[in-house]
Amino acid sequence: MFAKIHYYLKSFLFLELLKGMSVTGRYFFGRKFTIQYPEQKTPISPRFRGLHALRRYANGEERCIACKLCEAVCPALAITIESEQRADGTRRTTRYDIDLFKCIYCGFCEEACPVDSIVETNIFEYHFENRGENIMTKEKLLEIGDQYEAQLAADRSADAPYR
Amino acid sequence: MDFLISIWEWLHEYVQYTIYSGVKALIILLPLFIVVAYYTYAERKVIGYMQVRKGPNRVGPKGLLQPFADMFKLMFKEIIIPTNSNRYLFIIAPVITFAPAMAAWAVIPFDDGLVFSDINAGLLYILAMTSVGVYGVIIAGWASNSKYALLGAMRSAAQIVAYEIAMGFALVGVLMVSGSLNLGEIVAKQSGGLGNWFFIPLLPLFFVYFISGVAETNRAPFDVAEGESEIVAGFHVEYSGMTFAVFFLAEYANMILISMLCALLFFGGWLSPWPTVFGDGIGWLFGKTAVFMLLLLWFRATFPRYRYDQIMRLGWKVLLPVTIFWLFVEGVAIYFKVGLFV
Repeated sequence: MFAKIHYYLKSFLFLELLKGMSVTGRYFFGRKFTIQYPEQKTPISPRFRGLHALRRYANGEERCIACKLCEAVCPALAITIESEQRADGTRRTTRYDIDLFKCIYCGFCEEACPVDSIVETNIFEYHFENRGENIMTKEKLLEIGDQYEAQLAADRSADAPYR
Repeated sequence: MDFLISIWEWLHEYVQYTIYSGVKALIILLPLFIVVAYYTYAERKVIGYMQVRKGPNRVGPKGLLQPFADMFKLMFKEIIIPTNSNRYLFIIAPVITFAPAMAAWAVIPFDDGLVFSDINAGLLYILAMTSVGVYGVIIAGWASNSKYALLGAMRSAAQIVAYEIAMGFALVGVLMVSGSLNLGEIVAKQSGGLGNWFFIPLLPLFFVYFISGVAETNRAPFDVAEGESEIVAGFHVEYSGMTFAVFFLAEYANMILISMLCALLFFGGWLSPWPTVFGDGIGWLFGKTAVFMLLLLWFRATFPRYRYDQIMRLGWKVLLPVTIFWLFVEGVAIYFKVGLFV
């Protein structure tokens, strides 16, 4: 009986509704967490997986030895590799394509790579304007690697203790 | 100038009257459109703030031009008419929703005597106009030839039937204490300060009226007619561009109308709460209306959508009995002239 009266009193005085409205009312005056994107940016983890790159050694030699582990591990079949023997007897890729439309940015290629050649950079703002630009060729990947080598090395060394 | 006056006098009396009324209607409707535009902006800002976001702030300073950006976007969008839809009804449905939402403003007094049409059955007219609007929703749902639109229309129809009754009864309470259907006279009956406003003797009816008003305008938490999580957008799922904008305009005009009616019927309209300290004026009406408009946005930011059967339960088993009970109490009180019921 008492419980019933209590229930009716509670519902007819809108107590729970007022409680809910007080919550939203408090947040109305609270601090806002919006990040004004093009002007402000969130911090990026060194483990961020963005656009791909192929790295080189300090002497300018490309790291990739065409072992094709990345091609094998890629769950989206986004990587295509062709290779042949170079004049000095080492095996190198003649073709290293990543289809960015297929790629799911899982980072398995980077994990699989024995020589830290294929990496994912922290670049996430890129776009395509023409058909075919979604295919990252070996040249484009090496170019990105050359351009961002300092950042890539820093990110890898920051994450090294945890691997 | 003389030339213009001579043309004016040359015109037939009826033509003069038509032009005169048209200008008066524009004076009411143009500010209404601007208020609707900025009400959508306020809604996005208020809800954004309550969700610890900033809301629109890119178009113009503080996003103040956002409503115009939205308006132009909608104007330039293509109106797509679905195949196998009923073309005429499809086009005419937004108009049927929109026209009554505008027409209802004809009897709203903004200040003492400041009213487009001072008719005696003003309240009845408003009830009729707000009820006609739902036909547009139902026709839109049917004419779209889409199952989601039809479901939305049917929900809307059942909901409005349920809440119209409670709403009408709540207004009967107002009639009983004021003894008039004319909105100006109803406000005049409340003169004499805060203590004489109708919301004190009619508090339950005020709550019933406001809740049914929210339900009438298909606003959260009663927006099952467009419940986007289950039926996409309900009755206006097939509408795009200007036809959609007209539905939108009607919805927001109705929200403002309900807010203003609450202010007029229960909170003394343009009357000042302390007549000895502050004078009466149109500012009071707008201030009171703004409070109710803010409440509608606040509800939307706070409450989750009612389930359909809960809406029906609330309408038939809670609001209607409460209203009838209070009408009985009120009737007895008026008969014996108790307290504020005179």
